[in-house]
Amino acid sequence: MVTNTKILAQEFEYFEPESVDEALELLSLYKGQARVIAGGTDLLVKMKRELISPEALISLSRISALKCFNEDEKMLRIGAAVTLFQAESNSTVARSYSALYEALRSMAAPAIRNMGTIGGNLANASPAADTAPPLLVYNSRLKLRSKKGERIVPLEEFFLGPGSTVLSPEELIIEIQVPFLEASEGSSFLKLGRVSADIAKINVAVYLRREGERCALCRIALGSVAPTPLRIYSAEKLAEGEIFTESLIKKVALECQEKIRPIDDVRSTREYRIWVSAVLVEEALRAAWLRSGGKL
Amino acid sequence: MREKQIALKINGKVYQVKVKANTLLLNLLRELGFTGPKYGCGVGECGACSVLLDGKLTLSCLTLAISCHQKEVITAEGLSEGEQLHPLAQSFIEHGAIQCGFCTPGMLVAAKSLLDQNPNPTEEEIRQYLRGNLCRCTGYTPIVEAILEQTQK
Repeated sequence: MVTNTKILAQEFEYFEPESVDEALELLSLYKGQARVIAGGTDLLVKMKRELISPEALISLSRISALKCFNEDEKMLRIGAAVTLFQAESNSTVARSYSALYEALRSMAAPAIRNMGTIGGNLANASPAADTAPPLLVYNSRLKLRSKKGERIVPLEEFFLGPGSTVLSPEELIIEIQVPFLEASEGSSFLKLGRVSADIAKINVAVYLRREGERCALCRIALGSVAPTPLRIYSAEKLAEGEIFTESLIKKVALECQEKIRPIDDVRSTREYRIWVSAVLVEEALRAAWLRSGGKL
Repeated sequence: MREKQIALKINGKVYQVKVKANTLLLNLLRELGFTGPKYGCGVGECGACSVLLDGKLTLSCLTLAISCHQKEVITAEGLSEGEQLHPLAQSFIEHGAIQCGFCTPGMLVAAKSLLDQNPNPTEEEIRQYLRGNLCRCTGYTPIVEAILEQTQK
């Protein structure tokens, strides 16, 4: 299909509510026919390509409550409309959440990072979304709210398929809740793209908790290898409770390689993704282990 | 679809304009005569439409004009003061960093944004920062050299 990306041909109403309640009221009023716009870097491209045609766009740009970070004794709460650049510039993210920080640094070009938001990256539900694997391995949760009420959804239950999530059309992501990490916990993110800042051919995040020479907890997530970003529970189980050695790393990586189900697409082939997945998982495991204070 | 009156400052001057919800900032700017920002890909890959929106590097082809009420836009032409070219633009000329010229306004705005944040970037940092600005003539080397010369030495 030929599309003209020079203009936005679709017609729609546009709102800039000043509070979450006002936004939810509008979402409810349009009964699922409105879309939320944050950075617009995915949404407007989809509209230009006529993939979606909402009756109204509800902008989050004036809702300051969605643009801040909050910390309590248990977790970091990232407002859904925090931009990728703001998230990368946050000192807690840079200091404690290595995998998320590395993912943010690897994403897109500066202009897109100034525009795109972390909530938008998740809601867009691309299988290649770079913030998804790190947030998955941190056991992050999303606070969702609609006029009917609020619910907390673990991120691993959020994605249903490419572009599809459990978010109802009248619901808004309020914040991403990321549990705090201890010094004995480490994480890492790696990605392969064709050129720097490209969309991932494949991406990997690993989280480890170390107890002496043993791996107490392990979480591994991969992107661009299935219809949704994927946790590999069977591989995690292989690592947990074991002494962390090179042979363990290889075993865990091979299990990940077995479990992924990538496809051929414009960015890469199924075969390449399978080959390279084991290498990426190995590297990510090593980096996360060193960051948890472990030795190799 | 209603039209809405918005006020935005473009290169230092306030404009009161009526826009539809689906008007893109890029097209509004060009209709007002600011033809620095260019339509390249329309989907956020090439950076030809780059402007500074409230000081932040932004793609005007993926920005709704209606969302720019009470904001400030600076385009490549806004970097110059009348006939007096911005030092970056002058440096581009001196280094032959302009071939077909289509990417130049976006490159200049991106370079300005970089130097605003980091007055003394390395060559690698310049290349990284410009990674969203494509030059279809592939003349990256003189572009990077032109910017390097404008860093605080």
